[in-house]
Amino acid sequence: MSTPRPKVRIATTSLAGCFGCHMSFLDIDELLFDLVEVAEFDRSPLTDIKHCGPCDIGLIEGGVCNAENVHVLREFRHNCKTLIAVGACAINGGLPAQRNHLELESCLREVYQSRAGLGQGGVPDDPELPLLLDKVRPIHELVRIDYFIPGCPPSGEAIWKFLSDLIAGRTPRLSYPMMRFD
Amino acid sequence: MSKQFLFDGRPVRFEEGQTILQAARAAGHYIPHLCWHPDFPPHGSCKLCIVKVAGRHVSSCALPAKEGMEVESNTPEINGERRALVQMLFVEGNHFCPSCEKSGNCELQALAYDLEMMGERFAHFFPDRPVDASHPEMLLDFNRCIFCELCVRASREVDGKSVFALTGRGIHKHLVVNAESGRLGDTDFSADDMAANICPVGVIVRKRVGFATPIGARKYDDKPIHLVDMEDGK
Repeated sequence: MSTPRPKVRIATTSLAGCFGCHMSFLDIDELLFDLVEVAEFDRSPLTDIKHCGPCDIGLIEGGVCNAENVHVLREFRHNCKTLIAVGACAINGGLPAQRNHLELESCLREVYQSRAGLGQGGVPDDPELPLLLDKVRPIHELVRIDYFIPGCPPSGEAIWKFLSDLIAGRTPRLSYPMMRFD
Repeated sequence: MSKQFLFDGRPVRFEEGQTILQAARAAGHYIPHLCWHPDFPPHGSCKLCIVKVAGRHVSSCALPAKEGMEVESNTPEINGERRALVQMLFVEGNHFCPSCEKSGNCELQALAYDLEMMGERFAHFFPDRPVDASHPEMLLDFNRCIFCELCVRASREVDGKSVFALTGRGIHKHLVVNAESGRLGDTDFSADDMAANICPVGVIVRKRVGFATPIGARKYDDKPIHLVDMEDGK
């Protein structure tokens, strides 16, 4: 009798993202049942596990906008055999990167000091808050990334195609209708 | 009797003076391109139309076809190089497709899809390129410019207005408007100009119609550019 194949361990996180890619991942609907037959989840908003252990696949949504994002991204790279950038923000910085042509200080002043009703406390500087980077960076500029799934967000179909290809040992490939940058 | 050359192993007939790209297209073979346009002489700047002839890279839009040439175009090697060129164009500008009204109609994006550009590979420059919304009918979003000079050529050679030019070098290269103020609203540019309707990306866009055709129902949403471009018959 052959021993059952060990389950593929998957971790997911959202850095400077909007969780839209995670919502899109949930759009695979009942295919989630097929997925949990062959996979289990490590650190992820789905499990609420706070730190990533050794994993087969890491899915990263969002770019890198602050010091905490850098730590989390490095933790994922350290623990995941295969690391995948999911969605526009992870791939090119996306919406948060639209602040890149502005000075960070002027952004903070605009939000926390210039706006009516927000001028009281000034720019938040609680030590609990991760420091912002001067520019939002795509994740491939910090660590090696094995695969990219484009889209804002990628469709559930695209995410499923990619994951199911990968888990089955095929080279993941999206068909033309699944290739979307918007 | 017309002469012929081999395009990816298949014979293609050509008339003397035709470029490789012209002859290949006439025979129904697509070669990727961004700065080439049938109404203008070859520009040779985007290099997407590179092919290999006798082991050398050449711009197929510019090189005249010759009897007996063996041309390689649709190969993994050359498409890989084309993909790298598209990736460089992406990181050199600010190409944020999710908020771009040209998405789905954009030739740069369509080529990225067709060449299976999954990521952008290089480090992003994130250049600062403020938009020009001074014209009542048209908007200029310089973030998306790929320096193909189609608007420059159309405005100069067809519209007779010379509204646009490129200036600067390297990462500082940018499109400028021929007015003392530098603003499009202070030129005689019109939405009916050829230059207003030739941008392959989302720099020169018409105001107030951005999403009249919804995302999903656009030119390259269902069909890859290598099919759409040949149907256009240009």
